[in-house]
Amino acid sequence: MSNKTKIKVQNVNFYYGKSCALKNISMDIFENQVTAIIGPSGCGKSTYIRMFNRMNDLIPRTRFEGNIHLDGEDIYKPRVDIVDIRRRVGMVFQKPNPFPKSIYDNISYGLKVNGMKDKGAIEERVVQSLKDAAIWEEVKDRLHDSALGLSGGQQQRLCIARCLAVKPEVILFDEPAASLDPISTKKIEELIEELRKEYTIVIVTHNMQQAARISQYTVFLYLGKLIEYEPTDELFTVPKNKMTEDYLTGKFG
Amino acid sequence: MKKQLSQNMGFGFLFLCIGTALFFLGSIIYFIAIRGFRILSWDFITQVPREAMTAGGVAPAIVGTLYLTMGAIIVALPLGVACAIYLTEYSPKSFVVNIIRMSINNLAGVPSVVFGLFGLAIFVKLFGFGVSILAGCCTLGILVLPQIISASQEALLAVPQSYREASLALGATHWQTIRSTVLPAALPGILTGVILSIGRVAGETAPILFTAATFYTRGYPSSIFSEVMALPYHIYALMTEGTHPQEQTQIAYGCALILLALVLAISAAAIIIRQRHRKSYEQ
Repeated sequence: MSNKTKIKVQNVNFYYGKSCALKNISMDIFENQVTAIIGPSGCGKSTYIRMFNRMNDLIPRTRFEGNIHLDGEDIYKPRVDIVDIRRRVGMVFQKPNPFPKSIYDNISYGLKVNGMKDKGAIEERVVQSLKDAAIWEEVKDRLHDSALGLSGGQQQRLCIARCLAVKPEVILFDEPAASLDPISTKKIEELIEELRKEYTIVIVTHNMQQAARISQYTVFLYLGKLIEYEPTDELFTVPKNKMTEDYLTGKFG
Repeated sequence: MKKQLSQNMGFGFLFLCIGTALFFLGSIIYFIAIRGFRILSWDFITQVPREAMTAGGVAPAIVGTLYLTMGAIIVALPLGVACAIYLTEYSPKSFVVNIIRMSINNLAGVPSVVFGLFGLAIFVKLFGFGVSILAGCCTLGILVLPQIISASQEALLAVPQSYREASLALGATHWQTIRSTVLPAALPGILTGVILSIGRVAGETAPILFTAATFYTRGYPSSIFSEVMALPYHIYALMTEGTHPQEQTQIAYGCALILLALVLAISAAAIIIRQRHRKSYEQ
């Protein structure tokens, strides 16, 4: 396993108003690995993952403390280019959220906002992204139809393709299969496995089996605290912390 | 049994209410149509008035109303949408912004004749536009501004947050997100606001009384600095001035019918545009 650190989290606290959602979290996320974040509802999983692309900035009255470094660069320092951070750290959301535009325009959107003008190059990248997201075969004959006409699973893979198109380095998945059926879920999981070769992946999941299937590292959060962070096969077989064990065996959750 | 009865009484009451509303709506249209049709002819909508307003047509008033309505929308739409974007997307949620928002809502309740006086003082006198199409358009534009701002704000707020997040997460700037994602999604709602404003602008009399309208012109306006005839003011003038009340009343009903038809036609056009946009955007 490669052990190059992609994202370094140091002493992070996060507050919604006065309530503390994340407490003193430190950990390294490794390049070309899938890191799963598990934990019961409301433990701060989504809040945590949304810190890596500064999505929490959109929520008023929140406060961040600590450091997060992406390839050694502090992404929370003043005057950092947030727009560039968000291009480098892509995100796939819990509910598929394609734009109400055509399939083609959904993918080309990210290219255009990032200044790509050459039509041929855009088209090439659109096709490649759709292929990489394993949805090309299903949509190649209707690229100019509305993306909203696709099924939920197809929409989610379209969102993944949209994310891949801008060539991020890290992809954040916030429970990407939560609203999908088992077959669509399986497709997404296979895709994540494939994407790991080129991207660093962080995935929030409610589903412990899913974390065990697709991740190399797993972190267990509980009430905003990092309880345990280990390679996945160790965490699931020999958890070091009693709380992790209780959660994994279903004593609470 | 008792439950059934009270339910039937409830429904009956509601039915009565809607019936009353429809009755008055229907009778307004009926009376105006019956009386208006008597005078309506091709000449009536294409000729200029003759013989001290007792014969000929009202074409200059139709053209004037069209100019004023379109001009007002051209003034109010960009300004209103821009204000709404600032208020919903950019402004911090602060006390001052809340005051601004409340002021805009209150502006919508100001009587239209007050806007007329304001237009006279600012556009006609201060800016030196004179009594003109331009001054009238600006006054009417300011009049419907609050309406367009609130409609646009509603439309912008109704755009799902997930669209904004998706766009920002791809590395789009705030402005790119607004321009390419939020605005197109809000457009049908904004257009609804515009449609409602069109009806209001076309029918307003008081704001143009001192700023744009004139009782009689020989021909059509030659520039945006000309005075114009306008249908609502023409109706008012026909009913209050002149020496041939008999003939004038007839013409007034004709004008009213044309005004109704005009508003309906402009609204219908806007609705068609909106539907087209919705279709191309969503499916």
